[in-house]
Amino acid sequence: MTIPDTCDVAVLGGGNAALSAALSARLAGRQVVVIEGAPREFRGGNSRHTRNLRCMHDGPTAHLEGRYSEDDFYSDLLRVNQGVTDETLARIVIRRSSECTDWMARFGIRFQSALRGTMHLSRTNAFFLGGGKSVMNGYYTAAARLGIEVMYETMVEDFDVIDGMCHGIRLRVGGLRPVLRPKSVVIATGGFESNLDWLKQAWGDAADNFIVRGTPFNTGLPLKLMLAAGAQSIGDPRACHAVAVDARAPKFDGGIVTRLDCIPLGIVINKFGERFADEGLDMWPKRYASWGTLVASQPDQTAYCIVDAKAIGHFMPSVFAPIVGSSLRALATKLGLLPDALESTVAHYNNAVRPGTFNIDALDNCHTEGLATNKTHWARRIDTPPFWGFPLKPGITFTYLGLRVDDHARVLTTSGEPMTNVFAAGEIMAGNILRKGYIAGIGMTIGTVFGRIAGESAANAAR
Amino acid sequence: MPLADLVEKGAHTMTVCNACRYCEQFCPVFPAMERRLAFEKADLVYLANLCHNCGECLYACQYAPPHEFGINVPTMLAQIRVASYEEFAWPRWVAARFRDPSARAAIGLAMVFSVALALPSLAIAPQQLWPRDHLGDFYGVVPHDVMIRWFGGVFAFVIVALAMGVWRFWRHATTPADDRGRRPVAPGSPRKSGAVGAIARAVAAALTLRHLQPASVDCVSGEEDRSPWRRRCHHFTAYGFALCFASTTVAAIYHNIFGWRAPYGYSSLPVLLGTIGGLGLIVGAVGLLVLRRSRDVALGGTIQQGIDESFLALLLLTAATGLALLMLRQLPVMGPLLIVHLGAVLALFVTLPYGKFVHALYRLAALIIDAREERAS
Repeated sequence: MTIPDTCDVAVLGGGNAALSAALSARLAGRQVVVIEGAPREFRGGNSRHTRNLRCMHDGPTAHLEGRYSEDDFYSDLLRVNQGVTDETLARIVIRRSSECTDWMARFGIRFQSALRGTMHLSRTNAFFLGGGKSVMNGYYTAAARLGIEVMYETMVEDFDVIDGMCHGIRLRVGGLRPVLRPKSVVIATGGFESNLDWLKQAWGDAADNFIVRGTPFNTGLPLKLMLAAGAQSIGDPRACHAVAVDARAPKFDGGIVTRLDCIPLGIVINKFGERFADEGLDMWPKRYASWGTLVASQPDQTAYCIVDAKAIGHFMPSVFAPIVGSSLRALATKLGLLPDALESTVAHYNNAVRPGTFNIDALDNCHTEGLATNKTHWARRIDTPPFWGFPLKPGITFTYLGLRVDDHARVLTTSGEPMTNVFAAGEIMAGNILRKGYIAGIGMTIGTVFGRIAGESAANAAR
Repeated sequence: MPLADLVEKGAHTMTVCNACRYCEQFCPVFPAMERRLAFEKADLVYLANLCHNCGECLYACQYAPPHEFGINVPTMLAQIRVASYEEFAWPRWVAARFRDPSARAAIGLAMVFSVALALPSLAIAPQQLWPRDHLGDFYGVVPHDVMIRWFGGVFAFVIVALAMGVWRFWRHATTPADDRGRRPVAPGSPRKSGAVGAIARAVAAALTLRHLQPASVDCVSGEEDRSPWRRRCHHFTAYGFALCFASTTVAAIYHNIFGWRAPYGYSSLPVLLGTIGGLGLIVGAVGLLVLRRSRDVALGGTIQQGIDESFLALLLLTAATGLALLMLRQLPVMGPLLIVHLGAVLALFVTLPYGKFVHALYRLAALIIDAREERAS
């Protein structure tokens, strides 16, 4: 591999945001180098694990049903973030989300047709045919065709930043430590969720029990270096997109198949056999991303989802076999829980279930009354053996602590001034928009929209 | 690897796939998988024969090697598919003899048949094998009744063996499971309204290979590469084979009903059908052999190599000698050429129930099962 000394635009990272930026800058006529930390087989960061992106649209399209207005999108976003976001940036993402599928299609990326699909998201989300790795294959193929140079297994070691201007980037590739001097830089290196030490600083010992759902290459080093070089941070180090995953999942890179989607159909208890949250608060795609932090706040960061035979076949199976008990006591023993505690929790819950008409596709009227923590929808008695149990752990998808940016994706300094030639896109700046919660598919939307903006801005800065 | 072990490995792969489902609109394999919660031999044999081995799902897979899950659906299904050919073939001990074939062995078999065909003439009248006096007279080289005895016997056996194989495959792949919801099979008899539609959809899918071109976009032929040529070469081969078969059938009708003896004129129907079919076979088989050489080994590599190449080699030998026979039938070399051609045809037919050819029947059966399940769900 030849290592270039200079280029117009250096894009750090190799996921959706990075490639969107690289392709935008290349289409603007700039010479572009992509610096990807992962080897070729694992290229694409967390994007390789994604499935869809959220799009605003005025009417039905080939990939989307109905209509999803800017205001609907914004209110969904605001609700999961408890009212906190950067409205200007959020509205840019939402408005330009309507262009995303056409932009991706230019690079041979395909989408599923609207009427089929596994989840009930075809109004709000366009599903990638073949998932995120297909998207990345499409982008990388286009990048090669357009003459973008991609350096794999290349890490960023340091930035040379003076007065808000980046003069060089020290890289590490093989045994070498070359310095690349680009005219402008796009940082799209994701969050710091694979950096277990950093997670521990934020979460304490609880972090030992976290499972990292995505790439092991998101160490957050460029984020740390840029913050040290005077960039302004945004977001809480503990804020993240985390879901409940099967506790038997691998430490890294388990992706979608370790996720448990049976929570609305049953109850979730902690290691003492106690319920601790409303399993039926809202439709699952708006709610699934709350369960990572909910489980993280329980003793030993451990919980168990319990369903009965009525739920079997109504949720996406996880890759791990359910732990099965012919009775609740038998199941409790197999899960390592106190049989009396589980039996008593289920009995209280069953007694509180009010009659209703069950419908998992809508906010139905099946609920409990009189419990300290009620289940507000889809509450049915857990009484039909066999009983299935799944052990849960927090599965962290990505962290929100990032670089503060403006509407041109320029990285802001601690004094609030934009840096001259440093731009950010994707997870590393998603915290500008996401503060507390997550809605399905918005990570890829932010990455695509801000990737394009960062690429265009970097191209202008490299004139 | 024995089929039981392959099934265990396959069940694990399908459990990962069924929890992911990102590939669900690539082809019918994944929707069929989603209709199941557990994967036994019957399920995997069916899915394996539904798979067209294109590779989309491998390149799209976030769990493909070197990921620790090591998911490779095309390879896993190719292993089960090849094992299923032997598993359901009749008689099975004959199929075991044809295990791990090669192009060389297939051509060897054709030579054995050629020698066997030549022996009677060699013993009685060797000059007939280099026919200076009987220009263009095939039956002077191999008497008609000898041909009929050989080909009639082989043909009848092949029909029975193929029918038995398909029957056994169908019966196994549609076995209802004992626990609920596991393996949905369309209720009612195949005569029920809609069954004809299901068969028609399956036949149309087989004739057009539309699953190699979902939404009018060609499937991958490599990680960053799409090409229509695998589908096109298959069309050349399949339709070429059908035309050659039609040519032989028409010739048999000419001979037996009208009493018109071969050789037929250059513009006659059997010669036209055979010529076009033969050219198609040559283009298709050469194309498929070349494409298979440049194919990514990750897509199944050597698993199907022998079974593919032996079949293609016999198709190629049959077509090439057939066309050469047509061009050179006025010359004495016609004698040996005819012997080699007939040997190739015999070897091709004898191996039909034990080689690649059965994919046409098993895949069609799998497509019909898929169409029925789709209707039922």
